[in-house]
Amino acid sequence: MTTEQPLLRVSNLAKYYGSRLGCADVSFELWPGEVLAIVGESGSGKTTLLNSLSATLEPSAGETLYRMRDGQWRNIYDLSEAERRFLVRTDWGFVHQNPADGLRMTVSAGANVGERLMAVGDRHYGNIRATALDWLGRVEIAADRIDDQPRSFSGGMRQRLQIARNLVTGPRLVFMDEPTGGLDVSVQARLLDLLRGLVGELGLAAIVVTHDLAVARLLSHRMMVMKDGHVIEAGLTDRVLDDPREPYTQLLVSSILQV
Amino acid sequence: MTALSVQNLSKTFTMHLRDGVVLPVVANVNFHVEPGECVVLGGPSGAGKSSILKMVYGNYGVDAGAITIQHHGEAVDLATADPRTVLTLRRDSIGYVSQFLRTVPRVSALDVVAEPLVIRGVDKTEAQGRARELLARLNLPERLWSLPPATFSGGEQQRVNIARGFITDHPVLLLDEPTASLDATNRAVVVAMIGEKKAQGVALLGIFHDEEVRAQVADRIIDVTAFAPRIAA
Repeated sequence: MTTEQPLLRVSNLAKYYGSRLGCADVSFELWPGEVLAIVGESGSGKTTLLNSLSATLEPSAGETLYRMRDGQWRNIYDLSEAERRFLVRTDWGFVHQNPADGLRMTVSAGANVGERLMAVGDRHYGNIRATALDWLGRVEIAADRIDDQPRSFSGGMRQRLQIARNLVTGPRLVFMDEPTGGLDVSVQARLLDLLRGLVGELGLAAIVVTHDLAVARLLSHRMMVMKDGHVIEAGLTDRVLDDPREPYTQLLVSSILQV
Repeated sequence: MTALSVQNLSKTFTMHLRDGVVLPVVANVNFHVEPGECVVLGGPSGAGKSSILKMVYGNYGVDAGAITIQHHGEAVDLATADPRTVLTLRRDSIGYVSQFLRTVPRVSALDVVAEPLVIRGVDKTEAQGRARELLARLNLPERLWSLPPATFSGGEQQRVNIARGFITDHPVLLLDEPTASLDATNRAVVVAMIGEKKAQGVALLGIFHDEEVRAQVADRIIDVTAFAPRIAA
């Protein structure tokens, strides 16, 4: 949080599917090193928003400006296809809920990580393999699995591999869509701890979509609560969770089961 | 220069799930804490002591009023600050020892304690060294240091939490019943640590139900019942 400029500026973003509302009136800034959680129930527009922000789904209105590595502010939907692909492959990461959507299931774990390195121009096989090995270690995948395909991995291992694949290029911004969804709780805990450590260590900015408020509490600095396509409450994560203002946020917080 | 000053603070909760019933918590809260001073919030349970601490740390929003904190030589109003500013205030200027430790799966007690220093850019080995000193001083058995505190007893968790809160040199430190589940030996350690913070010029604001501890640490006691909101008929 020493940098004096945000990384992302979103103003009045809206996405309609025909006449049906996906999300609307979304405005916020994201700063380097900041983790923003987007919470809300299924159908509240979280994923639509995430896809609109990550150059995956062109919004119907509004602006998403990103500060490129050269300091230039660019509207992500005005980039050329080549520029956009470069951004998506290097400066950004996207961690999908289902690892199969973010991995190539029929190439080795090492190649899954190495592929992103090659996209930034690394051509030295020895370096690529060494970096891949280092990253597998950081996400706690044993070195002797480097030549195995993710098809043979458990759900938790696949998700950790997807994270390694995304972080290997040193992105500045990572989008995550329910990164712990579909994993059993002990695996979730391991993944959360790993993500929390990596995000802090690398100073990443991240936007995490989750319906799990405990995940939001653990990972994020700030959160936005969505309902019916609109952001109904936003603020510091522990302020929103400890002192929720809106009826819907109060309902969400009071619905958490105590263990 | 006043380290922490609270002016005309008021807070109500609106319980939307209970037909919008409005619970007034406190109104017209005014006090200040000077460097080197330990001010204790007094009053019975439910008077709003913890709510005031949570507002001062930014966990609770406020309806009205200002919370002015000295931050790098500048007075910053936490009550109206944006989330990013609140996080910077917490990193550098205001610390908080909560009543209960919020445990994180798989993170060791040592790293829980060292974390506030690591966030401030201190080298990890050095931060862990400081964490070891504090945990040893608080008599937490060394065999527990590498374990996540989730399975620790209440008193053990509280000592981890105290070590975490005391490891930094925040000029303002909030304490929510830090001695509640401690034995006499460890209570004395915490009282001594509070004394050292005061000597270093830290401004402390705390809640202490234990009268003996309160008598030992408090420079002033603020009666929170004076801030009871007048219920509108």
